[in-house]
Amino acid sequence: MRHVISILVNNQPGVLSRVAGLFSGRGFNIESLNVAETLDPTISRMTLVTVGNDQIIEQIIKQLNKLVDVIKVMDLTGTDYVDREMVMLRVAADANSKAEVLRIVDIFRGRVVDVSPKYYTVEVTGDEKKVQAFIDLLVPFGIPEIVRTGKVAIPRVKKDSPIPGETAGKKTQEKSPEHP
Amino acid sequence: MEKTGAEILLECLRQEGVDTIFGFPGGAVLHIYDALMRYAEEIRHVLVRHEQGAIHAADGYARATGKVGVCLVTSGPGATNTVTGIATAYMDSVPVVIFTGQVPTMLIGNDAFQEADIVGITRPCTKHNYLVKDVKDLATIVKQAFYLARTGRPGPVLVDLPKDVISASAEFNYPAKIKMRSYNPTYQGHAGQIKRAVQLILQAKQPLIYAGGGVVISNASKELAALAQKLCIPVTTTLMGLGCFPGTHPLFLGMLGMHGTFQANMAVTHCDVLIAIGARFDDRVTGKIEAFSPNSKKIHIDIDPTSISKNVRVEIPIVGDAKNILRSCLKYLDEEPSRDWTNLRAPWLAQIQEWAKTTPSVSRRGDCIKPQDVIQKIYELTGGDAIITTEVGQNQMWTAQFYTFTRPRTLITSGGLGTMGFGLPAAIGAQVAFPDKMVIDIAGDGSIQMNIQELATAVQYRLPVKVAILNNHCLGMVRQWQQLFCERRYSQTLLDVSPDFVKLAEAYGALGLRATKPEEVEPVIRQALSTPRPVLMDFLIDPNECVYPMVPAGAALTEMLLV
Repeated sequence: MRHVISILVNNQPGVLSRVAGLFSGRGFNIESLNVAETLDPTISRMTLVTVGNDQIIEQIIKQLNKLVDVIKVMDLTGTDYVDREMVMLRVAADANSKAEVLRIVDIFRGRVVDVSPKYYTVEVTGDEKKVQAFIDLLVPFGIPEIVRTGKVAIPRVKKDSPIPGETAGKKTQEKSPEHP
Repeated sequence: MEKTGAEILLECLRQEGVDTIFGFPGGAVLHIYDALMRYAEEIRHVLVRHEQGAIHAADGYARATGKVGVCLVTSGPGATNTVTGIATAYMDSVPVVIFTGQVPTMLIGNDAFQEADIVGITRPCTKHNYLVKDVKDLATIVKQAFYLARTGRPGPVLVDLPKDVISASAEFNYPAKIKMRSYNPTYQGHAGQIKRAVQLILQAKQPLIYAGGGVVISNASKELAALAQKLCIPVTTTLMGLGCFPGTHPLFLGMLGMHGTFQANMAVTHCDVLIAIGARFDDRVTGKIEAFSPNSKKIHIDIDPTSISKNVRVEIPIVGDAKNILRSCLKYLDEEPSRDWTNLRAPWLAQIQEWAKTTPSVSRRGDCIKPQDVIQKIYELTGGDAIITTEVGQNQMWTAQFYTFTRPRTLITSGGLGTMGFGLPAAIGAQVAFPDKMVIDIAGDGSIQMNIQELATAVQYRLPVKVAILNNHCLGMVRQWQQLFCERRYSQTLLDVSPDFVKLAEAYGALGLRATKPEEVEPVIRQALSTPRPVLMDFLIDPNECVYPMVPAGAALTEMLLV
C-alpha cells in the first residue's frame, strides 16, 4: 500500500542523503520525495511517498525516527490530510489544436506560463488523480517535456485541536506499536 | 584565551575522561599529533601498524570497559582503512568515536591528495557522523559525538576534521550539558507493557530467557540472574550475550542458533513464553524464521525500536534499557504471591535435562590435537578469569562452545559483521584497558594473518597478549561449508603456504610456541600464561574437525547436524 510520510528534519547538509541512503540500503522504495525549509530555517520538511506492507512501513517509520537528524515522522496515510502536486509540461499547440488545449487547461484551472509558436507551457496543481487526468488528456497533442514536483501534503486540523507546531521538540511516532 | 582546533580537540578529550587513543598519523592530522605531545601526560597514544588495527583496538577497549573507545587517523586511506572496523562496531553496538583528518575545506571536492568523502562513505555504518566546517563548532560536535556514541543503543560516531579547521583558533568552551531536540532515547520501559509481560511470565509453564549483547551493554547481568533464579527460568544466550549469565549456572543452556547447543535450540522451539532481552532475532539465531519458536508468546525488551518486529512478530514489545526494565519486572514480581517455582518448573527442566543428553561427538581418532581440547584447557588454566577475544570462523564458534564464560565483557568477538582479523587488535585494546588481566586471542591461521602486523604494537607497548592459533592450514569454516554443501569441492580454502608462526613471532620480538601433539598442549599454554610478554601459540589441530551442532543456513533450529 502507498503511504505519504511527512518528516521534519534538521536543516543540515547530508540529511537528504541520510534519508535516501536509508531507503536504498534497506531495500525500501521512494516514489517521490519533496524537501523544503519550514518557517524555522533550521528545520526542513520532507514529504515522501513510499510503498510497502504494514511491516515494511512500520520499519520505515522506525528507521527514519532512528536517524539523529530526524525530529518527527508522521504517516499521513489513514489520517485526514490534503495533498497536492504540481505539473509543468510543454504541449504541442498548432492552429488547429490551440483552442482545445486552452479549454482543457481552463477546465483544470491550469495556467499557461510560456508561449512559443508551436508550444504552450502550462502548469496545473491538484491531487494525484487530477494531475494524472490532465496529463492523459494532453498526451494525444504531444508532450515533449514534463516536470512533476511529487506530492506535498499537510494534515487537516480538526476543530478544537491545537495546531501541530513545526518546532515541536519531541520526536513522536504516530503509529507506536510499542504502546498500543 | 583562544586555542587552536587541535588543542580544542584534545581539551575535549580530556574533559570526556579519555586516557587512551589508538591511532596512526598522517599529513592531515599533523597538527593534532603535534599538539598531542603536549598532552602526553594525560592522553596516551597507542601507535598501531594499520588503521584497521586502531579502530578494532578502540572497539576492544570499549567492549572490555564499557567506556567510549577513541581512534584517530589521517584523511583518505587512513580514514577508509577504518571502515571495516566502524561497520564491526556498528553491528555490535559498540561506543567508539573516530576522528579522521580531512583535506582543507577549500580543497574538499577537488580530488585533493589523500582526499576521501569519509562522511559519505560511513553514513550507513555509523550511528551519526559530522564534518566540522568551523572551529567554533568543534567543541559542541565532539561533545555530541561522545554523547551519541554512549547513550541509547551505543554505536560508532565519526568526526571528520579538515586541516584548516584544526589549525584555526577559537575560544574554548566545553558545553556542560547537551540536549538534542531530535535525539531522545527511551530508557524507562512502558509500565503497562512491563505489567503485561510480568503476567505473561507468571502464567508460563515452559518459559525461556533468550539474552543478547544488550544485557552486557546495559550492565544488567545481576538483574537477569535475579529474574531467572526467582522464577526458575532457564537461560540461553546469543554469541554476543555469552558471559551475561554465568556459564556454570544450572539454569544455563548454552548458546542457541546455528552452532548452539541441542538443548538450547530444542528449548527455544518448544517454550511457551520466550523472553528476549537485548537480542535482535538475528538470522544466525532464528534459522528458518517460520519455524522459530512457533508456539511461544514473545516478550521483546530492546532499547532500539527498530529491532522490534523487524524479523519476528512479538506479542509484548518493551522499548527501553534492559537494566531498568528488568528492575521494574522484579519490583512487580515482589508484589505477587510467592509460589514454589522449583516444583512448578520441574517438568520443563526435566525435559531440558533430557535434551541436554544429546551432544555432538568429538572423534578421537589419531594423534591429532583437538581444537575443543585446546580451548577447554585454556579455560581450565585461566580459571575462566581471562578476557577472551576471537577471530571469526571455527575458532570463534569453538570458543563460544567450549570456553565457559561466567562474567560479562570477558568475550570480545565480532558477532554481527563477522570480521576476520578482529581478535588481535581487539585483544590489544582490552589489554591496554586492563594491563594486569590475562588477555587471549583465540585465532585461526587464516584470520590471524589479516592483522598480524599488530603483533609489533603489542611488543612495542609491552602488552602481554596471548594468541592461540588453531592451525588447520585452511579457512576452516568455509571449508566446513564446502564439505557439507558443495560435496567436498574445496575451492580456494586451503592455505598451502603459511608463515612459520613461531619464527614470525620471534621476528616481531614476541615469543613463539608450537604444539603438534595432544600432550604438548598443556605445557605450551602453561608456558604462554607464565610469560609476561606477547606470545603466539601455534596449535597444529586436526584439519578435518568441524563445528557441531550445526543448523544449515535457512533450516529450522530442530534440523541440527550433530556429526
